[in-house]
Amino acid sequence: MAFDSLSDRLQKALKTVTGRGALNEVDIETMMREVRLSLLEADVNFKVVKEFTNEVKQKAKGEKVLKSLTPGQQVVKIVHDELKNIMGEETENLTFKIQGITIFMMVGLNGAGKTTHSGKLALYCRKKFNKKPLLVAADVYRPAAVDQLVTIGKQLSVPTFEMGTEHKPVEIVQKALEFAKENHHDLVIIDTAGRFHINEELMQELKDIKDIVKPDEILLTVDAMTGQDAVNVANSFHEQINVTGAILTKLDGDTRGGAALSIRHVTGVPIKFMGLGEKLDQLEVFHPERMASRILGMGDVLSLIEKAQDSIDEEEAEMMAKKFKNATFDYNDFLKQIKQIKRLGNLKGMLKLIPGISSKLKNIDIDENQFNYIEAIIGSMTEKERRNPDLINSSRKSRISKGSGRDVSEVNRMTKQFEEMRKMMKQMMNMNPKDMEKMMSGMGKPSSNLPSGATSSKGKGKNRGNRRPWM
Amino acid sequence: MGIFNNIKNIFNKNKDQMTVDEQIIYDQANKYKQGMEKSRNSMMSRLKALFESYDVINDDLFDELEEIFIMADIGVNTVLDIIEKLKADVRMRNLQNMNEFQQIIIDKMFEIYVKDEIVNTNLNINEDGLTILLFVGVNGVGKTTSIGKIAYKLKLEGKKVMMAAGDTFRAGAIDQLKVWAERVGCECITKTEGSDPAAVMYEAIQAAKKNNIDVLLCDTAGRLQTKVNLMKELEKVHRVISREVPGSPHDTLLVIDATTGQNGLNQAKSFTEATAVSGIVLTKLDGTAKGGIVLAIRNELGLPIKFVTLGEKITDIEYFDIEQYIYGLFSDMFE
Repeated sequence: MAFDSLSDRLQKALKTVTGRGALNEVDIETMMREVRLSLLEADVNFKVVKEFTNEVKQKAKGEKVLKSLTPGQQVVKIVHDELKNIMGEETENLTFKIQGITIFMMVGLNGAGKTTHSGKLALYCRKKFNKKPLLVAADVYRPAAVDQLVTIGKQLSVPTFEMGTEHKPVEIVQKALEFAKENHHDLVIIDTAGRFHINEELMQELKDIKDIVKPDEILLTVDAMTGQDAVNVANSFHEQINVTGAILTKLDGDTRGGAALSIRHVTGVPIKFMGLGEKLDQLEVFHPERMASRILGMGDVLSLIEKAQDSIDEEEAEMMAKKFKNATFDYNDFLKQIKQIKRLGNLKGMLKLIPGISSKLKNIDIDENQFNYIEAIIGSMTEKERRNPDLINSSRKSRISKGSGRDVSEVNRMTKQFEEMRKMMKQMMNMNPKDMEKMMSGMGKPSSNLPSGATSSKGKGKNRGNRRPWM
Repeated sequence: MGIFNNIKNIFNKNKDQMTVDEQIIYDQANKYKQGMEKSRNSMMSRLKALFESYDVINDDLFDELEEIFIMADIGVNTVLDIIEKLKADVRMRNLQNMNEFQQIIIDKMFEIYVKDEIVNTNLNINEDGLTILLFVGVNGVGKTTSIGKIAYKLKLEGKKVMMAAGDTFRAGAIDQLKVWAERVGCECITKTEGSDPAAVMYEAIQAAKKNNIDVLLCDTAGRLQTKVNLMKELEKVHRVISREVPGSPHDTLLVIDATTGQNGLNQAKSFTEATAVSGIVLTKLDGTAKGGIVLAIRNELGLPIKFVTLGEKITDIEYFDIEQYIYGLFSDMFE
């Protein structure tokens, strides 16, 4: 995926921060420098980068950090939200005339991919909106540009209007409109020649075409690999002919595509589509929200954080932390926690959101019912037992087993794990912060976290795993 | 240091006083200047403003300088490199003078490119037989157009040239090259769309040998460097060419669009792995983009730039000359 490298860099940049207890000014400064460099390497315009890091810095300093999450992740979330802001809030749609012929005009620099994307758009609109498109070959300058469009039209069985290269583009589009009317086309896509935004003569030609056809969309085609100049190009085209949207092409490569961020931020022109290959059906709607997540490559973790924020009551979390500390954590609290986790939804789906884990998950069978069983077991305890876990002896266990419909061995396993958990909490609370950091970072590794429960479950058959999903 | 003294002296002369060599340099410098006028303007106005607004060399000045370089798409690592070296120099010489500082900036950029080597920007022409040039690059950078311009230039130099239409994928690519062959007045070997590009090369080489061609220019389809199969295909093309004419292709030229950002480095790495790239053709330098990424490519990968294209006419191509390039970017500073 195109944006992977940016997320790698950001992830590396943020590694110094995630897992820490609190952020100080120096932390934030170091991190912002890394974020800045990584965005610059991603070809985000330096002005945009400057504004971006400033905003993130302000927010990171002021942010109230949730107890249950590491502050670093909170900062990741801020970075993500800002990226999303820059790229615009919603997916932008195409404008069609309700009646009459809708006209799209493709513009851009040489070699950005206008001709190919004229074809892609024709196919897209025919499929999605049931349109009857006509392609118009108005690039009379580049050798064989007309042939290229005609060939693409043939591949798609979309008619192409062309008058060779001897006529003026203005004349061609006029005739093309007449042709479209006669042949009942309801969509005309004009492929114009590539040109520099500073070529006055050729820009005038675009203005002339625009005045004649009054297009519903003027789509600026931009190569996703464009560097710092993307902003100049977009700005200049926009100022001269009022672009209505941009198409970002060649996103199937390994470019980090920072141009997407810059164009939107500096010109306000929405990015409407992205080209993801040379085949004519490789066109996708540009989705700013999804793209922001992709830039970070940690977007899925972010939705996890968001979910956690939505479903975890802050006060309750604080109370729980206190209980951890005093080791007064009991079965009632345990039940509450499980309910919170359940509120987050499907466990396997959730684990999949964590980078690095999903590949390890393939062979693991997670039983979603585990939570229900635990709830049932705890539900069969008396209120006294719940508050005093030490009370539970073997005769109580067999009663609980009967009440919950689970095996005594299962009840045993659960109570044992609960005791281990309590023991660990006690230890953690008595640790000095440095050791704790070490331990936490070890826990962060998926290998030490998940598979320990999962591997031991393998030999014990289905639904019998020594799993500790609440850990 | 006065790297540009030579060029500057020539500009101070009357045209009829110049020697033939000087006139060539003069014409070339003028072309760069005109072609790069737009690129230069934005960068220069900032540089000028920068030097006007500072009387001391301090960290803020370096920060702004860093931005100006980044704006030119010189890679982040290379920019940090240049800035570090500049800071060290300023410290070492205890530099205060703005004029000297400007001169040092240019020297440093020059050093980054030259790297104490004799940079060979000439084509590796095989004087006693067929020379084969292979053109590679991502989509839409201007490979076909560059072939047209270089073929024309070589023809003017007295070479017998031929083209091979190796882009059998993109609609209209073969026709596009044919049009250029007509303009140049040379032969173009083609097969039908969709045929194996390696087979086109094979046939073209046979034809070139038969017709005593001096230089065969081979076009290939644009491809993103991440497409494994397409890169394999390119390897095969390269293999077939070197099998048919040992020691060839004499130059494999990676075509890079001046608007390209940091991805240019990835392009250079991947294409070099697949086809042993020997030089860069920097296209579309007549826009507002500065093509600074080629400095990063040179700095990080050692690839020299061999040509720049500066306009849409068939003659708008020049052999790359770092002095002229930097002069094109900075010349206002010296006039």
